[in-house]
This record gives sequence, C-alpha cells and structure tokens, in this order.
Amino acid sequence: MTSKTAMRILMAIVALIFLFSWIIKSGSGVSDSTFTNVRDGFLITFAVFLTLSIFSFLYHDNPFYKFAESLYVGISAGYWMCYGFWSTVVGNFVPRASRSLSEFFHVPYQERADHILIYIPIIFGLILLTRLLPRIGWLSRWSLAFIIGTTAGLNLTRYLRSDFISQVSNSFIPLFVDWKGAGDFINHISLAADGQFIAILSNWVIFVGVMCGLVYFFFSKEHKGTFGVASRIGIWILMITFGASFGYTVMGRISLLVGRITFLFGDWLNIL
Amino acid sequence: MIALLRVAKFVVSLCSLLFIVSFLPGQSVYSQDTASSVNNLPPITVKAYDTENDAGSSITVEWSDPGYWRREGFNGYRLSRKNVASGIEDSLDVLPTGHVLHEDRSVSDDSSYTYTLAVLINGANLTSTSTEVVRSSKQWFDNRLTWVLILGLIICGAVIYFIESAKRGTKLFLRRIAGLEAIDEAVGRATEMGRPILFIAGIQDMDDVQTIAGLTILGSIARTVAEYDTKINMPVCTSLVMTAARETIKHAYVTAGRPDAYNDDMVRYVTNEQFGFVAAVDGIMVRERPAACFLLGAFFAESLIMAETGNSIGAIQVAGTAMPAQLPFFVAACDYTLIGEELFAASAYLSGEPRQLGSLKGADVGKAIAMIVILVGVIATTIASAWNSESMLWIENLLRQMFSTG
Repeated sequence: MTSKTAMRILMAIVALIFLFSWIIKSGSGVSDSTFTNVRDGFLITFAVFLTLSIFSFLYHDNPFYKFAESLYVGISAGYWMCYGFWSTVVGNFVPRASRSLSEFFHVPYQERADHILIYIPIIFGLILLTRLLPRIGWLSRWSLAFIIGTTAGLNLTRYLRSDFISQVSNSFIPLFVDWKGAGDFINHISLAADGQFIAILSNWVIFVGVMCGLVYFFFSKEHKGTFGVASRIGIWILMITFGASFGYTVMGRISLLVGRITFLFGDWLNIL
Repeated sequence: MIALLRVAKFVVSLCSLLFIVSFLPGQSVYSQDTASSVNNLPPITVKAYDTENDAGSSITVEWSDPGYWRREGFNGYRLSRKNVASGIEDSLDVLPTGHVLHEDRSVSDDSSYTYTLAVLINGANLTSTSTEVVRSSKQWFDNRLTWVLILGLIICGAVIYFIESAKRGTKLFLRRIAGLEAIDEAVGRATEMGRPILFIAGIQDMDDVQTIAGLTILGSIARTVAEYDTKINMPVCTSLVMTAARETIKHAYVTAGRPDAYNDDMVRYVTNEQFGFVAAVDGIMVRERPAACFLLGAFFAESLIMAETGNSIGAIQVAGTAMPAQLPFFVAACDYTLIGEELFAASAYLSGEPRQLGSLKGADVGKAIAMIVILVGVIATTIASAWNSESMLWIENLLRQMFSTG
C-alpha cells in the first residue's frame, strides 16, 4: 500500500468520524431549534477536528496540520485587514475627514480644529504605497525613516525614565535593615520570611545581582580578573532567575493544555 | 460597722450608676450637629490654579476642610465650575471624604473659569465662595524631568564623543560576544548544506526598538548571505516590518555587490495574528528545513514553540530578545542566546561601524554612571538608616531627587 493510498484511507476515516461526531452532537443538543443543534454540533466537531489537527504536528507534519495552519493564517490575515480598515480608516480618519463619509459609515462626525493634522499620516501612508511603482518607490523610505526616527526619539526618554532612572532609584536599598548592632542581630537571628535576616539577605542579593548584572552587560572591558568574577556572578544570577521564570511559565502553559483537554473530554466526549 | 456599710452602699450605688450609664447612647466625638453648629466652623477655602507641567486643558482645584468631613451626615463635596465668558455653570463630580484636590481635565485653554465647592451635609449644604478666575495653559518644559534631560544629554554627549573618536580612527574595544561569532558559522553551515536561513524579527511592529535591533542585525547577516550566495527566508507578521526588512536585505545585497540576486519574496507577510504566525513559521521550518534559524527581536508566548521546532529539525539557532519572560526558553532551546542588551550591542559588534560602536560605548558610559550612583546611593541609604547619619540622609535624598521620574 502506497503512502498516498494510506493517506486517503486515513482521510476517509477522519471524515467518517467527523460525520459521526456531528450527528451525535446534533442529536444531544439542548436547544428546541433543530437548526441550532445541528449548527452547534458542527461547530464543536469542527473545533475538535482543528484542535487534534494542530496536536498532530507533535507527531509529524501532515495534511491535517497544513489545513488547520492555512485556515488559521488565511482567516487571521483577512480579519486583521478588516480590523485595520475599520479601526484606522473608519475609526480614526473618516470621523475627522468628512461629514458625508461619516454618515455613510454610520460613525459620528467629529468637528475639531486640528483636523488638518490627520492628513500628515495619510500622506505618509500614501507615500508608503509608492513601493508599488518602481520609478518613485524610493519615496516610501521617507515614511519608514519617519517611523523609525519617531520611534527612536520617543523611546529615548521613555526608556531613560523607566529602564534607567526608575531602576537606579529603586536600587537605593539599605544593606542593614532595622540595624541595632551586631549583637542584637545575632541574638535575634531567625529564618522567618519577614525577619531581619531574610530582609538583609534579600537586599544584599538585589544589590550584588544588580551590580554584577551591570558588569556582565558592560562591553567596553574584557571580562577578566575581578571584573570577570563579577561578570560570572552576574550571569549565574541571570540563569537562576531564568530557571525560576521557566518553571513558572511552564505551569501557565500546562493550564492552557488542561483547558484544551477539558474541551475534548468535557464538551466533546461528555466524560468529564 | 455603719461606716463600712455606708462605704459598701456607696460603692454599690456607684457601680449601679456606671452600669446604667453604660447602656446610655454614647456621645460620639462626631456627633450630629445642628445646622447652626455646622455654620460655626470657619468657611471652607478653595483655590484653583493651572495644573503645572502639563499639556494644557487641566485646572487643579484644591481646598482645605476645617472639619466638615467629621460631621455626621457628611456626604462629600460637590464641585461646580462656571465659564466666565458664557456664564454656563457645570456641576462636576461629587467627591468623597479624604479628597482635598481635584484635577479638572474637561476645560478648554481658550476659556476662563471660576470654581465653587459645596459641602454636602444632610439638611445643610454649604457652598464656598468662588475662586479667582483661572485659565489653563500648556507648559513647554516639564520641570520634573530636568534631571532626565541632564542625564540624557550626558549619555547622548558620550555617544557623540565616541562616534567622533571612532571616525577619527581611534580604535574602540568591544568584548567578545559568543552568540555573534556563531553567525558566520551558521551561515557557512547553511551554504555547505545547501539549505536556507530563516530569520524572524519578532512579532512586534517597527515602533519597538527590539524589532529595529533585529533588522539591524539582519543587515549584517544578509550581507554574509549575499556573499555566500545562500538563500534567506523571512516570514513577518506586520506590513511595516516587511517593507523595512525588504529595504534592509536589498541594501545588504547591493553592498555585497550582488543586487541581481535580491528577490522581494525573501520577505513574506504571513499574518498579524500571533499564533497564526507561529503555525506558519513552524510549517516553514519543518518543510523547508533551514540550516540556521535566527530569532532576533521582541517575542512573547510563541518563543518556545518556534525555538523548540527549530531545535527538532536540527538547525543551528541564534536567538536574542530583551523580553525577560522569554529569555529562559531561548536559553533552553537555542544554541546561542543574546540576552537583553547584547541584542542591541550585536549590530555594532557585527558591523564595526563608527556610528554604532560609538552608540554602544555611550551606552556603556550610562551603565558606568548607573553603577557608581547605585553604589553611592546604597552606601548612603545603609549608613543613613542604620546609624542615623544626617549627612548620608542628605546624600540619599539628593540622589532620590535626581533620579526621580516625577
């Protein structure tokens, strides 16, 4: 038996299971309307088919995965195009541009003095489309230059505040919390989460972690000697943080899988 | 004996009296006042002024309550605004206890206003006198960000200084970055195997610096690809990234002296949908089996799916992102990972251009400043808190003021 024949048999089996599931789910519908029951039966069966098609990628690339992939990509590309048109052109441009167009698209017309400003992005948008005309295609670079330049300029102050100044000021922490002398510290030492020892330890970890992390990301000096040791501590702290983050995120992904399993065994097979 | 009995009788009477008194309704500190006692309090004072350091269209109203809020039956403050020119009076929000300030953001810079505040107490609503006429305006300079400007100027000054130094021929040292030295190796491997290279610049648009960093590295990789005559494949999820990536690759091919080998189809738009894009990229990976995968840009939940698929096909993978939550996945599934700042340093390292090297050196000046300031700040904070040193507290406060974002 050739692989093509085997695939045809497999497709026929999947089609039969699909039809069987559709009939069963339509029959077990709770609505009074037959149309609603048949439609819901189809939607649940189709959702199961797509879920299993995507899961089948774990074994190998196959026609079912290709179908689900193409469907997803095609529908989402179309959706985002419509979304872009209705949210940007109809949502932002039309209400400010023309009263008659606003009435045509059933959006409230906005009468404001700064409407002239909306033509700047319109012009840049049209310039971007000049790529379709090879002779004047170079004009499209103006739009790109504007976008990249604006992004760099706006982000400079934003990142300077959020990623530099805020981080620096938040790092001003005392290395001896509630300090009343070494004797008092030793007498009251405990591993309680809200105790002095843990508070001091936490602040030391933050301080050493920040300093060594900064050393690791310092590119102007070779990481040798003391600088190299600090850099290695920095990467160790980063890796420990990544490990904790990895475990935390994997647990989140497991909950997504549980959601799909619940759908398959609950909504479809009714055994949960 | 009689005296004893009298004492006992007095004690019992006293206790009985206390017992009875304890059942009487308590005289609360905040007892209900009559309208006359409310009126005995001094009038509430309200002032309104243009909100500072803003872009206009905002007036701040501030008041001091001498004690009306303690009265029983207090229901809050009702703020009213009057447009001086038109005479139109608007009732604004009713604000509960605790508020002594309200920012009115529904004003126009072209109009002048006065405000009055009514204290809402059951049966006695007291209204303050009108504030002076006030008009909102926009400020050109936000005083709270003076230190941001100074620090920005220092860092930008350092960048310009190092760029000029590099242009004059000063050799700027950059330490070795392991992941980047693997790029040539990866491209060479793809050439030997006759397989394409896959480049993903993240899933964000051009307004993300990580995407821009990814495209800058793409320029260097594309030049090597053009020289080696290897194929490059780049699916993208936003139209602007597609346009910018095509320009970048085209420029790289022209620089490498092979403009004829460039093809627009090297960069393909797939979809904006995050997981639709991932499904397509995974499909491309298993069908075209690229020898090298570069995942450089801003990634989210799709990072592990793509990196793991790339790993499963045996491709050499170089990843880089500044998204802290996604770095662990790249570290686990890729051969080389550019962590955070390394992604931004990569383009300078690869190109060796004075402009990029200078900006990287300037960023290092910023890091050196941060290290020194943190060290001083931590020492000052520690000594100030543990040993109550006034001078150290002054230094700590000064640094906090300098590094305040408003």
